[in-house]
Amino acid sequence: MSTLRILVPVKRVIDYAVKPRVNKAQTAVEIAGVKHSMNPFDELSVEESVRIREKHTAKTVEDILAISIGPPKAADTLRTAMAMGCDRSIHVEVAEKDEMLEPLQVAKVLKEVVEKEGRNLVILGKQSIDDDSSQTGQMLAGLLGWGQACGASEVVLDGDHLKVTREVDGGTEVVRGKLPMVVTTDLRLNEPRYASLPNIMKAKKKKLEKMKLEEFQVRAENRLKTLKVTEPPPRQGGGKVADVDGLISKLKELGAL
Amino acid sequence: MQSLSRTTALRGLGRVHSTAPCRAVLSRTRLLSPLNVNTATASRASFATQSARCYAASKEVKFTADNYPNVQRDSRFSKLTREDVDHFKSILSSQSSIIDAQDDASELEGFNTDWVRKYRGQSQLVLKPKSAEEVSKILKYCNDRNLAVVPQGGNTGLVGGSVPVFDEIVLSLSAMNSIRSFDEVSGVLVCDAGVILESADSYLRERNHIFPLDLGAKGSCHVGGNVATNAGGLRLLRYGSLHGTVLGVEAVLPDGTILNDLQTLRKNNTGFDLKQIFIGSEGTVGVITGISILCPRRSNAVNTAYFGLESFDHVKRAFTKAKKDLGEILSAFELMDGLTQDLFHKTTGKPYPLADRYPFHVLIETSGSNGEHDSAKLEAFLEEVMGEEIVADGTVAQDETQAQTLWRWREGLPEACAHWGGTYKYDVSIPLNEFYTLIEDCRKLFDEAGLVGGTEDDSKPVIGVVGWGHMGDSNLHLNVPVRWYDKKVENLLEPWVYEWIEKRKGSISAEHGLGFAKRDFVQYSRDETALGIMRRVKNTFDPKGIMNPYKYIPMN
Repeated sequence: MSTLRILVPVKRVIDYAVKPRVNKAQTAVEIAGVKHSMNPFDELSVEESVRIREKHTAKTVEDILAISIGPPKAADTLRTAMAMGCDRSIHVEVAEKDEMLEPLQVAKVLKEVVEKEGRNLVILGKQSIDDDSSQTGQMLAGLLGWGQACGASEVVLDGDHLKVTREVDGGTEVVRGKLPMVVTTDLRLNEPRYASLPNIMKAKKKKLEKMKLEEFQVRAENRLKTLKVTEPPPRQGGGKVADVDGLISKLKELGAL
Repeated sequence: MQSLSRTTALRGLGRVHSTAPCRAVLSRTRLLSPLNVNTATASRASFATQSARCYAASKEVKFTADNYPNVQRDSRFSKLTREDVDHFKSILSSQSSIIDAQDDASELEGFNTDWVRKYRGQSQLVLKPKSAEEVSKILKYCNDRNLAVVPQGGNTGLVGGSVPVFDEIVLSLSAMNSIRSFDEVSGVLVCDAGVILESADSYLRERNHIFPLDLGAKGSCHVGGNVATNAGGLRLLRYGSLHGTVLGVEAVLPDGTILNDLQTLRKNNTGFDLKQIFIGSEGTVGVITGISILCPRRSNAVNTAYFGLESFDHVKRAFTKAKKDLGEILSAFELMDGLTQDLFHKTTGKPYPLADRYPFHVLIETSGSNGEHDSAKLEAFLEEVMGEEIVADGTVAQDETQAQTLWRWREGLPEACAHWGGTYKYDVSIPLNEFYTLIEDCRKLFDEAGLVGGTEDDSKPVIGVVGWGHMGDSNLHLNVPVRWYDKKVENLLEPWVYEWIEKRKGSISAEHGLGFAKRDFVQYSRDETALGIMRRVKNTFDPKGIMNPYKYIPMN
């Protein structure tokens, strides 16, 4: 059985309990002064990595490395990941003003890190809630030539194989694959823990390595251009009908019957 | 906004008091819905279970008149006639403003029963006026006809003040629910009394301001009711009492006079400060129809931390430290004892935030304008309380959702206690050095009486004796959750609790008010001279005594 060296990519996004607003120029979502936190799917990846370690014997997991590609404050997100149980982290710094990287560029950076750090399992969120691309995990698996299991709701380690339960339309699908592998997480996988105070303190002393995007073989130019960002149209209020006949005639009027 | 509108819809459906647990689930749904239909449905299902649980405790509530035979209907009041109802129909602009026993008796039920499910009136008529003028016409008629009236907001009161005792007419402010104006420079909000607290706060949130009051019932309670009862809530420590933040009121007196005192000035020393009479008057001198209130800027850096502590002495030390190290950014310091957290865990099934159990838990919130400064202060504080072993364990919310979830362990306690049937609630102010002694003494009392069955033994009425409170305001909530309301329990508690408080010069009602539950105990906190002057005030405004009778203070 091989020892697991896990990579957990995490992203700093607008807190999902905060309502995002479009900026005045309609070019992007307003991020200044808005509360940010770890992408909820990435919390699940961190939690799952830590649980795999807790569930198995001491040598099963060699280390859990968190990585974030983002502005200076992404370091806070990495501290959170380490407070939850990751051992160390890499911060690939991107200036705040720069455009957000596209999934392919992220996947290429991750591929280099996987190879340099000798990783054999990558657990990442199935998507981030800011751009909702849902592509990075699949692209990374493709670039590495590894197996992938996306949208995991259960992950079981069995020797050098992983058994992953996936939520698909109409039910669940169980897949089994040999390490190395890429796994993306879905909401039902686990319930992330609260970082305890002692662990928050310890996380401050864990290693956080800074890197620059220029150190990677990636061009920081996006292939897609954002033309315009607008709010969804406001929801129309519903109307009241007096009785069943009223309901039926309304439905007919709308062409639903 | 989405969750808010759902919440409001829910109120109509089934009087779910606490919207907050539902809110947590809903916001989860918000995340889920664009992603995965299956999971979204599942989440909605769990939401439905949640509200079903809120109903589950609904045993028939006994009429207050039967439960308290010593309280007699005042014979000075007339009985409602068909002519009266017809008259109200003629003065109100909309048919939907009247709910009358002849139309739909079941709809009256919600207005007659209080949230604690302890008091139930027998009103035959609910009026929902749409303007101060309509309120004026109603009250003038009632005053002339000697018809007693109960003003009602969101009906989330905890002392039976918002429901009729006998057949009083319910005057609901729910149809007066618009924001009248907001000045972004001064932060003064002017709105109708029937605006739901959470709606007002959401409106202000979009304008980077905050309503200076927050409490667990925010999804149902009305701001007018908050002012009429001088609600305290979770952030009084930071923003002060409504006596300071309310700048003016619009109120209708029993004779129909409309007092338009909607000042928007912070300073105004011109004669008696009349609005203060209405703040905390619990509907006994008039009906508040509008308020103006000073709202502070919303802090953009908010941190929430949750601790476990070994003893009340540790809690006191943590509080002293928090005041010293967090000073101006401390916006809440809430105490919850271990049993409250166990009850919340049992009723909701949520995993505990900390790995081990502790006899005391504290929830701290800081709000400031500069995230980095605040984090530095909070970190220094955390390092000290951990280093000096004042705090045994704890956690800091890493995101907004975690913060909201941690707050549930405090805000969700009233429902957790009500889960088995009901709760005897006492809301008292006690000097901090004896703050928790009340709970300990009360526990002894009940253990000796052998009435405690815990969550397992169904043969005994009492689940346990629990306490939580706003430590920052020396305000403790003593709660005795029960399976059924039992005179044996009541006789054990009263007047024992009040005598205990009187000895320590505390207050028998720190923020819930007097209502029906505490009318006869007010003398434990106020002397005869003060009560005499209060009666004179009441008689000046309401000489016929039609406003919210049988409550507040004994009139003779």
